[in-house]
Amino acid sequence: MSNGTSKIEYVSYLEHQGKYEGIFSWIFATDHKRIGLLYMYAIITFFFIGAILGLLMKIELIAPGETIMKPQVYNGVFTLHGILMIFMVVIPGLSAVFGNFFLPILIGAKDVSFPKLNRFSWWIFIAGSIMAVASQLMKDGPPDTGWTFYAPYSTSTGTNVIMATAAAFVLGFSSILTGLNFIVTIHQMRAPGMKFFNMPLFPWALYATAWIQLLATPIIGITLLMLIGERLFAIGFFDPTLGGDPLLFQHLFWIYSHPAVYVMILPAMGVITEIIPTFCQKQIYGYKAIAISSLAIAGVGFLVWGHHMYTSGMSENARWFFSLLTFIVAVPSAIKVFNWISTMYKGSIDVKPPFLYALSFIFLFIIGGTTGLLLGSVATNVQVHDTSFVVAHFHYIVFGGMGFAFFAAIHYWFPKMYGKMYDYKRANIAWGIIFLGFNLLYFPQFIIGIEGMPRRYFDYPIQFQTSQIISSIGGFILVSGLILMVFNLIQGARKGKLAPANPWNGSTLEWQIPSPPSLENFDEEPVIKKNPYYYK
Amino acid sequence: MANNSSHTTEYVVLARVLLLLMFLTILTISITSYHLGAFTVAITLLIAGTKGYLVLSYFMHLKYESLLLRILVGMVFVLFALIIVITFIDYAYR
Amino acid sequence: MSENKLHIEEHRDDEASKLGMWLFIFTELLLFGGLFLVYSIFRAQYTTSFHESSLELSVTIGAINTIVLLFSSMTIAMALSAIQKNNKKLALILIGITLFCAAIFLFNKYFEWGAKIEHGLYPGSTLMTLLDRGHLLYFSLYFFMTGLHALHIVIGMILLIVCYFKVKSQNINNQNYVLLENGALYWHLVDLIWIFLFPLIYLIT
Repeated sequence: MSNGTSKIEYVSYLEHQGKYEGIFSWIFATDHKRIGLLYMYAIITFFFIGAILGLLMKIELIAPGETIMKPQVYNGVFTLHGILMIFMVVIPGLSAVFGNFFLPILIGAKDVSFPKLNRFSWWIFIAGSIMAVASQLMKDGPPDTGWTFYAPYSTSTGTNVIMATAAAFVLGFSSILTGLNFIVTIHQMRAPGMKFFNMPLFPWALYATAWIQLLATPIIGITLLMLIGERLFAIGFFDPTLGGDPLLFQHLFWIYSHPAVYVMILPAMGVITEIIPTFCQKQIYGYKAIAISSLAIAGVGFLVWGHHMYTSGMSENARWFFSLLTFIVAVPSAIKVFNWISTMYKGSIDVKPPFLYALSFIFLFIIGGTTGLLLGSVATNVQVHDTSFVVAHFHYIVFGGMGFAFFAAIHYWFPKMYGKMYDYKRANIAWGIIFLGFNLLYFPQFIIGIEGMPRRYFDYPIQFQTSQIISSIGGFILVSGLILMVFNLIQGARKGKLAPANPWNGSTLEWQIPSPPSLENFDEEPVIKKNPYYYK
Repeated sequence: MANNSSHTTEYVVLARVLLLLMFLTILTISITSYHLGAFTVAITLLIAGTKGYLVLSYFMHLKYESLLLRILVGMVFVLFALIIVITFIDYAYR
Repeated sequence: MSENKLHIEEHRDDEASKLGMWLFIFTELLLFGGLFLVYSIFRAQYTTSFHESSLELSVTIGAINTIVLLFSSMTIAMALSAIQKNNKKLALILIGITLFCAAIFLFNKYFEWGAKIEHGLYPGSTLMTLLDRGHLLYFSLYFFMTGLHALHIVIGMILLIVCYFKVKSQNINNQNYVLLENGALYWHLVDLIWIFLFPLIYLIT
């Protein structure tokens, strides 16, 4: 990945020779940029494994009855797909990759506050990932509980639940430490003159996210420990035959896992907020509203977990209460969408690949968000609970939201990360294929979901077959688009044209330094005097 | 040095806080021997809360820390209280 | 390479370390928070069983442990003051006392648990499975909560032992004592959790 940096005086972080050489200069790296890249390579690998598992499910569902796998295998496949995608891809995704790489640069710092802790969280992330994969290979067979590990099934099934939950516990620890690091970094390392309300909005989103990671993750940690204790010693927290309460597990699980959804989507919103003003060359509309809405989402997001449990036998009062709060949490999200669109209004829009991904993010996020309201109201939820409608909604938010924002971020920051540029045309084509494939894959699931197709079923009645086939075809289109996109990026990194320091005429700090940045990011500490979004 | 702004607590203050904490401990134990029904739980929790407050503000120096940190600590306890209350909205009416 | 010297200049930020420790304490509080939530729900459901089971525990041992822990919390706070006043000898003595108190606490815990286990009362034992639901849950929570707390005592002790040797070797001194400050904060956290565990587990009426 060498590029002709000899003519300039600086040495990029990719070439900097530290204490270690070769592969060890990566494994033992404390540089936030290298750690960010390491996370990115790992996460893209896991993403492709998860995508292949998803494709296997789509092949299985192409016709009723058994096509390529037995029901028990199918249970294992959707469980692993969920664990990989949730705990190893989307939760760490944006904050660990682009947060690590760009948070210090965006606030004008040399690194995060605790670089060694950062390296440690990367190591335990890998340890947790190895455990998650190991749970598939050990002799009791892959876990078949779904990624939610619902009790009492998870306390009684014979499969490797302990290993899988221990993996989730370790991954959670990594997430906590990353969040802790980011909060301290934002409080202590901002460049002189940068007040909280002078920060770019991606750091704002990361700040809100980090608080969720920090405060919600311990709850899942203790829950999974209790689950492990229950399996080992028949303790009886959750198993009704031992006096426990399975609903309590659902409460504890969603006290974490609902805020975790905001761990996925908040940084995604932050990325979009960076991209839109750059490609419209216009000051972001409603800076403070966006910043505060991030915190509001994080805060209210803690209190709405019960909307995953409407049909579980929860009390009537709890149901309307959670429904009310769920509708409230939609407001700050809508504020953001409104602000993005208002930013575009009368801007000089330049449609480049990152902007295309950002636009499709908004489109898909609106679909995902409004169907979320449908699920948030008790009456409709009871109808569509545990159907593929939920699956479709969820993928529109997590893949259409977080996934597309991840692709947007990669295309936006790629020239800064590698100092090279990818091929625009191929990137645009890949975007088109992905967008088409995505909608073909998931939109039919809304329809058959309303008609009664349950989620996590390996079989279905014949009347759903047309939609299932369309969905499966969409899956293949999507994966081929993804392959093209990654191919294009790898080509770009290897033999792309040299990228200028500021290819998009961005106004935030990362564009004021050379591409790729030097080890310490800034030659001299930047002094901030104004709003981050300022275009001539 | 960054540390110079830090507050040094006098030994006497710490000893006094300890005495207060001991007194509160004995108070809790003696109160539970009376049958006050539901009030016992409330009173023991109130005393535990007071003890926690003393530990946080004197032993952990929170009294001398920045306003921001004090707000954050408060926020964590409020969040936890909200989670408990909301969970009981389910359990109390089931 | 020449730019190495540029990077070596380590930026020391005690405020950051302390904030980091506080944030870590928040996660610990919520870790136990999850258990307190479970406790409160089961206690509300099985009030009488919880009361009956709690009579099995010795309030005296619990009270002694409470006082020992409170005392150790004060000594470690004093150790910090001593270091700030550049009194190394006193600081070492005070850290030593704290560690001694921690050992007493664990010693008591060992006997308390040992007595239960001797009676066949431990998670997974046949006696436990014969208990009715409320009693089973109480003892499960008892072992889980005090066990996790004891684990934190051990972690805190390790942290304080490290501090002890660093004070001895002058690595912690009146100019640079953030490690001891953080170790002390962690120790106070252990105390803080016990302040709530004690009345909830030992004093149920």
